[in-house]
Amino acid sequence: MMSLISKIPLAEWINEFVKWLTQFTGFFNGITTGIGAVVDLFQWFFDLLPQWLFIILIIGITYWATRKERKWTLLVFEFLGLLLIWNLGFWRDMTQTLTLVLTSSLIAIIIGIPLGILMAKSKTFETIMKPILDLMQTMPAFVYLIPAVAFFGIGMVPGVIASVIFAMPPTVRMTNLGIRQVPADLIEAADSYGSTSWQKLVKVQLPLAKSTLMAGVNQSMMLALSMVVIASMIGAMGLGTQVYFAVGRNDAGSGFTSGLAIVILAIILDRMTQAFNKKKH
Amino acid sequence: MTVKVEVKQLTKIFGKRIPKAQELLKANKSKAEILEATGATIGVDQANFKVNSGEIFVIMGLSGSGKSTLIRMINRLIEPTDGSILIDGEDLMSLDKKALLEVRRKKMSMVFQNFALFPNRTILENTGYGLEVQGIDKSVRDQKSHDALELVGLHGYDNELPQQLSGGMQQRVGLARALANDAEILLMDEAFSALDPLNRKDMQDELLDLQEKMHKTIIFISHDLNEALRIGDRIMIMRDGVVVQTGTPEEILTHPANHYVERFIEDVDRTKLLTAANVMIRPNTVNIDKDGPRIAIRRMRDNDISSIYVVDNNRKFVGFADADDVIKLIQENNPDLSSVIQTNVPETSAKTPVKELIDKISTTPIPFAVLDDERRLVGIIVRGAVLGAIAGNEVTDQ
Repeated sequence: MMSLISKIPLAEWINEFVKWLTQFTGFFNGITTGIGAVVDLFQWFFDLLPQWLFIILIIGITYWATRKERKWTLLVFEFLGLLLIWNLGFWRDMTQTLTLVLTSSLIAIIIGIPLGILMAKSKTFETIMKPILDLMQTMPAFVYLIPAVAFFGIGMVPGVIASVIFAMPPTVRMTNLGIRQVPADLIEAADSYGSTSWQKLVKVQLPLAKSTLMAGVNQSMMLALSMVVIASMIGAMGLGTQVYFAVGRNDAGSGFTSGLAIVILAIILDRMTQAFNKKKH
Repeated sequence: MTVKVEVKQLTKIFGKRIPKAQELLKANKSKAEILEATGATIGVDQANFKVNSGEIFVIMGLSGSGKSTLIRMINRLIEPTDGSILIDGEDLMSLDKKALLEVRRKKMSMVFQNFALFPNRTILENTGYGLEVQGIDKSVRDQKSHDALELVGLHGYDNELPQQLSGGMQQRVGLARALANDAEILLMDEAFSALDPLNRKDMQDELLDLQEKMHKTIIFISHDLNEALRIGDRIMIMRDGVVVQTGTPEEILTHPANHYVERFIEDVDRTKLLTAANVMIRPNTVNIDKDGPRIAIRRMRDNDISSIYVVDNNRKFVGFADADDVIKLIQENNPDLSSVIQTNVPETSAKTPVKELIDKISTTPIPFAVLDDERRLVGIIVRGAVLGAIAGNEVTDQ
């Protein structure tokens, strides 16, 4: 039956499209330089910090963020976890991974929150965005590596780009959801006192959407972290590279230890962002 | 008397095929016919009315009568389908976005049924919201907000968050927010409906007091005719989106425009038939299964009373104990209250009309015990409360 209809050349079309995009090299180079600069800045900062100071800093920030509820177990976990990473010799890999995750999350936030706001304000935009977000999240992440390499070469930057595409949807979705969840009578109150759209957004909608929005950011960060092994395939250095190498060498031990380091980093990032989210109430 | 707000042919149609529905409406088709023909719902059907400067104008109707839609069209929170709204003679419908913002900021404030306070802002910040969006300096804003809060009787809550306040206090904040920006027109959408009856009455009084000082033009939505009669200078009754009657409370009561209004008024008369439940107060009790004479005497002393009602573990009524008897028990070191309990207490049910109690209550020195079907003590009736209720009755009866 299917043989009667010739195969739709979808793959060819996409290749054509990608080829067409490559003429904007200048544009992509610009992005590469920009993201590269952010990556370098983070990495430069982490390389500058001695390990002990980094650990103190992390524990200090957590202590401050959780000062209302005193989570000693978390502080102890952070201390022991980071010491273990240091001891296993994964320190630089860990900071590289952290750089990748922070840069991706930062970009996801910068792009994702405005998109979420637009979705909340426009029904049409929401209808358009929803399938795109579904696509971004469910398309196997490996697929992003191919055009990422084509446009951004090898290294941290294409890793960041692939991570952003995969990790951004929760931020967009939760921003949209958070704003839409603001009770209708509060919106009416804001309108009835003559708020402009912008005033309503910054004085009422965003503050009330904050905790939902932050839950989205937290999710994005976790998803970015889940991309590190995949991103390592196109040269994004870090703990992911260690896992990737371990797989290649069939070395269960070092695969497991580097995986464990990722888990420790994930837990620390997750708990810290959650602590910041809860801080006010 | 100058007209502050004038509404002409104001119409709201929800749904699709609005022009067609509008045509049918002009041809005097009914709401149901239009719904059938076009699928559109008539929210408000060509409402016409004038509100004078300085009066409290109550728009009343049951849910679905279009009153909430109507008030939201007055500040264009809901965009009217047709008609005009004149504020001081200026048509609101002709204003562009910027001019509309200006009117909302300076001329009208709104108070909401469920308070609609911003949970992330302090009481002071909530009150100052209207001033804040106008870009008024923080120090001026805070001063005005503080004054507005004082005006509605809220002292010392400036830096609390709304959820820390009771419903009645939250609505005071809602009112203060509306007063803070000196708007001449207050739109109050079922502002007191979410409050319990006592608080509601307090707030109505408060509003009348404030009105005496401030002479705002108030458009007040209510579904409660008692409230409308109490606070309204004029009342407009709506049904199914149509204005049924507009008039002073007196006119509405004496010349109801149609059967619908008559039925409303009958409801009022029924509620005026006070029952024991309306005048009872919470009793001080001791639990015979748990408490002894010392607790009993302490409770009497704390509440400044000379006798106390006795119930058992299930709140079933047992009787009452006199302070003198209880003191004797304590002196005898007898821990058992039951020996001094008197049972010759007048009883009544919560449904008994107050009228029937009046004669009896003047002859007995002990407050009536109000019992439910299972003989649980739900309240007591003291003489003063009954007299007060009757006095209140006489005032509104004429």
